[in-house]
Amino acid sequence: MNWDIALILGIDGLASGAVYLLAGLGLVLVFSVTRVVFVPFGDIAAFSALTLAAFEMGRTPPTIGLVLVLTVLAVLTEVGSLVRQREWARVPRALLLWGGAPLLPCLLAWGVGGTSMSPALQIVVSVLLVVPVAPLLARVVLQPIANASALVLLMVSLALHFLLSGLGLMFFGPEGSRTQSLTNASFTLGAGFNVSGQVALMVACALVLSGLFFLMFERTLMGKALRATAVNRVGARLVGIRPARTALLAYGASSLLAGFIGVLIAPVTTMYYDSGFIIGLKAFVAAIIGGLVSYPMTAVGALAVGIVESFASFWSGALKDVIVFSLLIPVLLLRSYLTYHSEEDEEELDQ
Amino acid sequence: MSRQRMVWIGGLTIALALAPVGLSSFFISLLNDIGISVLVVLGLVMLTGIGGVTSFGQAAFVGIAAYATAWLSTSQHLSPWLGLVLALVTTAVFALAIGALTLRLGGHFLPLSTIAWGLSLSMLFGNIEALGSHTGLSNIPAISVGGMSLGHSRDMYYLIWGLVALSVWFCWRLLGSRPGRVIRSLRGGSVLLASVGADAYRVRLSLFVLAAVLAAVAGWLYAHTNRFVSPSPFDVRASIEYLLMAVAGGIGQLVGALLGSGVVLLVKNGLQDVLPLLTQKAGQLESVVFAAWFILMLHFARGGIMGFVRRLQRARTAAAPALAAELPASDRLPQRALPPRGQSILSVKGVVKRFGGLVAVNGVSFEVRAGEIVGLIGPNGAGKSTMFNLLTGVLNKTDGQVHFLGQDISALAQQHIARMGIARTFQHVKLRPHMSLLDNVALGAHLRSSRGILASGLGLNRAEEARIFDEARRQLARIGLAGREHELAGNLPLGTQRILEIARALAADPVLLILDEPAAGLRRKEKQELSELLRRLREDGVTILIVEHDMDFVMKLVDRLVVMNFGSKLTEGEPATVRTDPGVQAAYLGGVA
Repeated sequence: MNWDIALILGIDGLASGAVYLLAGLGLVLVFSVTRVVFVPFGDIAAFSALTLAAFEMGRTPPTIGLVLVLTVLAVLTEVGSLVRQREWARVPRALLLWGGAPLLPCLLAWGVGGTSMSPALQIVVSVLLVVPVAPLLARVVLQPIANASALVLLMVSLALHFLLSGLGLMFFGPEGSRTQSLTNASFTLGAGFNVSGQVALMVACALVLSGLFFLMFERTLMGKALRATAVNRVGARLVGIRPARTALLAYGASSLLAGFIGVLIAPVTTMYYDSGFIIGLKAFVAAIIGGLVSYPMTAVGALAVGIVESFASFWSGALKDVIVFSLLIPVLLLRSYLTYHSEEDEEELDQ
Repeated sequence: MSRQRMVWIGGLTIALALAPVGLSSFFISLLNDIGISVLVVLGLVMLTGIGGVTSFGQAAFVGIAAYATAWLSTSQHLSPWLGLVLALVTTAVFALAIGALTLRLGGHFLPLSTIAWGLSLSMLFGNIEALGSHTGLSNIPAISVGGMSLGHSRDMYYLIWGLVALSVWFCWRLLGSRPGRVIRSLRGGSVLLASVGADAYRVRLSLFVLAAVLAAVAGWLYAHTNRFVSPSPFDVRASIEYLLMAVAGGIGQLVGALLGSGVVLLVKNGLQDVLPLLTQKAGQLESVVFAAWFILMLHFARGGIMGFVRRLQRARTAAAPALAAELPASDRLPQRALPPRGQSILSVKGVVKRFGGLVAVNGVSFEVRAGEIVGLIGPNGAGKSTMFNLLTGVLNKTDGQVHFLGQDISALAQQHIARMGIARTFQHVKLRPHMSLLDNVALGAHLRSSRGILASGLGLNRAEEARIFDEARRQLARIGLAGREHELAGNLPLGTQRILEIARALAADPVLLILDEPAAGLRRKEKQELSELLRRLREDGVTILIVEHDMDFVMKLVDRLVVMNFGSKLTEGEPATVRTDPGVQAAYLGGVA
């Protein structure tokens, strides 16, 4: 390997690191607020990529159907729980929030689908369309067992991935798609060394979004509520923060991030209905480097995973994923060594 | 074993034995698949349901074994029986290596690591050329027994279900034994186990290897039943399916493995028949149905089928199993010789413990002599609990010496201190609430017995088990709980739970018994009973060190008191002397400066 190859690999790694950074932020956000390791994150990213591909082919994206199914389930769950609590007065508002809000992007997508619209609009609609997915899933599947042990939540989350990828196959079919490049620009660095505009865009997006993320967390009341819930659920409740609402917010934000990831990687890799899993798991390695709590360490981890992956693919394309996942074990050992565990929180599945 | 259970087991055995007579070969293959899954799920029930170690990678172990035997019998043309040996050895070595690395991980890191290696291993299968890459290995020969080839599913049936029966029997025997009690106690922390001298990490590792070996047997059977292996049945999705089977059947019970595998595979098979009639996308819908089913189980029925069965059983009062006759004195667990009354057994010299800048214990010295009750008292924050943790090996001292029976114990781990004859109780009661009183106390005798997993599973431990239970019964009688042996520890009131902890400590046949605030949270009457019990123990020659808060309780009970304040020893002496000591009065009542 010479310096040129190393540089190319490094830049490749940077681009994938940018994607893992965004995904890692989403995972850490959801985990810190809800204790759920949100495995279906990657699936949502894949859905946004496939939505964009459908728009480009002039078709109405099947994502609409998916969101509608989830909306119906969420409305049933919400209304069902209100009826059980005999809170009849809150039913209309619930219908509006759970039934109405997710329909907005669906209507938008249905309206513009099949028409020739500008690429920018396609991207915006694709991202918007997947935003309701995580909150709806959370309402139906995760919120009713929000107080279960972290292990049960992890199992549910894994099962949820298989559910989503099954639904993905039904709605999108087994074909892979790749979308048009977002930009054709390229930059020349030094002696004839080119960086494609797409890579630059990915890195820039990651920087801007994580910057926004940071501002939201540090400067807004909403961000502080999220942090408070992450630190101590009971304490947050005592000062008037509703954990269910902050959780919803976290799922919404992570869904948005997943949407961005989808449209960013769709032009560089062919996406299938199940491509998200591996992306999510790699981001997950990054998030674990951050202990599932630290955003800056997750960013460092994401870059490390991206670069390791890109160099690993140079030595062995087939084994690059094995290498990245095997990396998780030393990371976990280190993390576990650095974190204090209390003895008593080991109680697991109930009998 | 109850009669009802005998009937159930007998009926099931006969039904399974006769199954090939009446069923079509399609159903025989289905039963074969179920049997193979039962082996894997049995391992998961032991590991995850009972031992508390969640594994999302069990299918990878099945894969290692299946590929090992497939490779040996196809490219090396060796006997499948050698394949079995290779499969077992390879899987065990992998499990040992992975387990040694990851089983110390705490919290949710351990289950996460199982996803990592489960994924890596299953990806490896598809990327090794000698193993046929993504296409896998085909033309695997059938197993032959004494010249007869088991090529037909009807012939494999008895081999598979014979191995299932053996494995269930092994696990059942194991759970009721000495290592089994430790396995059942793994959930809920390792401090209790260390205090009775068991190493939770080693037990967990053995359990992990046992589960992997069961998966390996399944993998070997799989390879020679299907005569073909490819990577996809061993990926994370398959591992999750095994977990679904365990949860569906009831992850805490061995029978759950049988029920779960049966139900899930029957439903799967049913879906494959029904779904194509409803939709063209049957394959996709199947995985959606399974995922939804798993989620619903985790939402509404985490106990699985056995959870319901148990609830039904609880409604009817089950008769407690009869107790064995008492053993003659010559046949009991050996007892150690106690040191003569008055001899110094514990000597603490200038012990210092610093936490960063904070000096929690500052140059404390005292002695405990055989046959006396010594109280270690002091106001809040005096350093009593730290002292306690230093004596029992939970913490390491910064400076000074602790000698027990003439040996320096200050650098020893908890298990070794327990082995030397110091038994303890806990301030926050650490019992296993789902285990009977007898089992809880039997845990205390861990170090006085020696049978391991293999011997116990094979049933070579009967004499020793009888001795352990005899000892546990006598200790229960000693503290006044005779006749309640089969109640669950979790159903006892707090006061009785504290006394039960003392019985567990006594089952270890200790030289020195250290009690951490035994009177905390007790009612007046319970305190009186506790005092009487401790006095009786002193008469029997047990030496007791009590760390306590309750002055009234201690003053009436102990022979000598050691008073600590702000990490240092304030004074030492008989209760009457200590009571009049102006320094002690100042410490407790805030004297005039």
